[in-house]
Amino acid sequence: MNRVLPVLTILVLIIAVWYAAAILMNAPWQNTLNGRANLTDVPFHTFAQQTWAQDKPILPAPHQVVSEIWNGTVALEITSRRSLAYHGWITLSATLLGFAFGTGLGVLLAVAIIHNDASDRSLMPWIIASQTVPIVAVAPMLVVGLNAVGLTGLVPKALISMYLSFFPVVVGMVKGLRSPEGIQLDLLRTYDANSWQVFWKLRWPAAMPFLFASMKVGIAISLIGAIVAELSNTAGGGLGVRLLTGSVNGQTIQIWAALFIAAGLAAVLVALVGSAERAVNRRMGVRA
Amino acid sequence: MTPVVQAHNLGLTFPTADGDVVALSDVNLTIEKGDFVSFIGPSGCGKTTFLRTIADLEQPTSGTLEINGQMPENARKDRAYGYVFQAPALYPWRTIEKNVALPLEIMGYSAAQQAERIKRTLDLVNLSGFENKYPWQLSGGMQQRASIARALAFDADLLLMDEPFGALDEIVRDHLNSELLKLWERTKKTICFVTHSIPEAVYLSTKIVVMSPRPGRVTDVIESNLPRERPLDIRETPEFLQIAARVRDGLRAGHSYEEMV
Repeated sequence: MNRVLPVLTILVLIIAVWYAAAILMNAPWQNTLNGRANLTDVPFHTFAQQTWAQDKPILPAPHQVVSEIWNGTVALEITSRRSLAYHGWITLSATLLGFAFGTGLGVLLAVAIIHNDASDRSLMPWIIASQTVPIVAVAPMLVVGLNAVGLTGLVPKALISMYLSFFPVVVGMVKGLRSPEGIQLDLLRTYDANSWQVFWKLRWPAAMPFLFASMKVGIAISLIGAIVAELSNTAGGGLGVRLLTGSVNGQTIQIWAALFIAAGLAAVLVALVGSAERAVNRRMGVRA
Repeated sequence: MTPVVQAHNLGLTFPTADGDVVALSDVNLTIEKGDFVSFIGPSGCGKTTFLRTIADLEQPTSGTLEINGQMPENARKDRAYGYVFQAPALYPWRTIEKNVALPLEIMGYSAAQQAERIKRTLDLVNLSGFENKYPWQLSGGMQQRASIARALAFDADLLLMDEPFGALDEIVRDHLNSELLKLWERTKKTICFVTHSIPEAVYLSTKIVVMSPRPGRVTDVIESNLPRERPLDIRETPEFLQIAARVRDGLRAGHSYEEMV
């Protein structure tokens, strides 16, 4: 109970501020509308309700966003092109595929880097440089380029997700695979263990906490990557397309609904990685 | 019979940014099978370096060193020794049983052989009943005993111990010292033991190697005439005190008591 109360208090506070901000931000347009309709001396509580019920508000009220989400998910056939669940699934599948690619690539690169000084020196600068290029510049080139060679749909988007999510995994795993102490490595040398055994019996288990920390960052930015990639291919659908068409048509309610779905997806995905981490920790006897 | 360890004019120099550090200089030493040899001296005298050289964790820069008549590298590949480090170095994600199994897995013992050896060595260090505990659930002394069990599991005849009880309090240390003697008596192993405690060295050893720093060298080798059966109160006998006095003299002669520069 003493954990629920503060959380609820903050939630109520945020919603209150949001409603107040909606009045403030939508007031100018509402004044214009009321002026055109020759409505004068509108009482404040009527005026407030008007600002919370606009078609294309600058800031939609919470209940408008909630009802948009409801209408876009539960109230619609899942196969409908207007269904948020349908678009959410498109984005989610690209995110998961890209996250799997990115984690795999990140681990492979980290393994290469720790086993070979030359690859450490030759790969690391490129890996870091890759992340200094703005993803919004890379995504259209990649999506259009792959489209030209006949690769469309899920994979190009997953590749953008991979491009973002491999980075924290490489950095985390290089650190993690190098985390065993000198005497733990010396110990294996006294057993004349080969490098395969050193990897699987020491380096890999020692790197687990680093892997999960990296994967939590990785899965969240995988989602960002998928959404950004969708902006370049509006025919493919997805939350990114909903954001883009919403912004082109001034459908702010639609934008906010898509944003909330995306944020909810990210929260669920990070929580899933977290519970996988707890399961692995239990198996590895980590002190609770 | 071939000595277990034979060093002849052994030297080891570490190159560092501000000049070479002579860790070992002209070390001549023979260790016979069944010896319990302690290496004593202040920090920087090369006692740990010598142990690591025997283990092929460091390579000598001059002289010769033979383990069972072999090059140290070949002896290591023959799994000729078990090494106990200053810290237990148990893998936290493995239970005690699995930690002891680690060398056995690497050396390719069958599951049945592993189980038998785990049971036998955990019995030997009095850790039966703790097989399925994780290292953090054990006290420091128990963790170090588990690491000794791990070093014993694959039946190497030589046990190299680098200040294994250095981090433990004196009560636990006394207890483990007398247990170690019993273990040595039962297993007939050759033990090399690094310490900087004079009573510990005299209590445990058949041979005490006194070392001095700058450059790291052997200043005295003392053969102990104490009986192999040693109750803890042997430490109050005149014979014991006499050997301890000679160790102290050896340390003083090597200027070991001078302030570090």
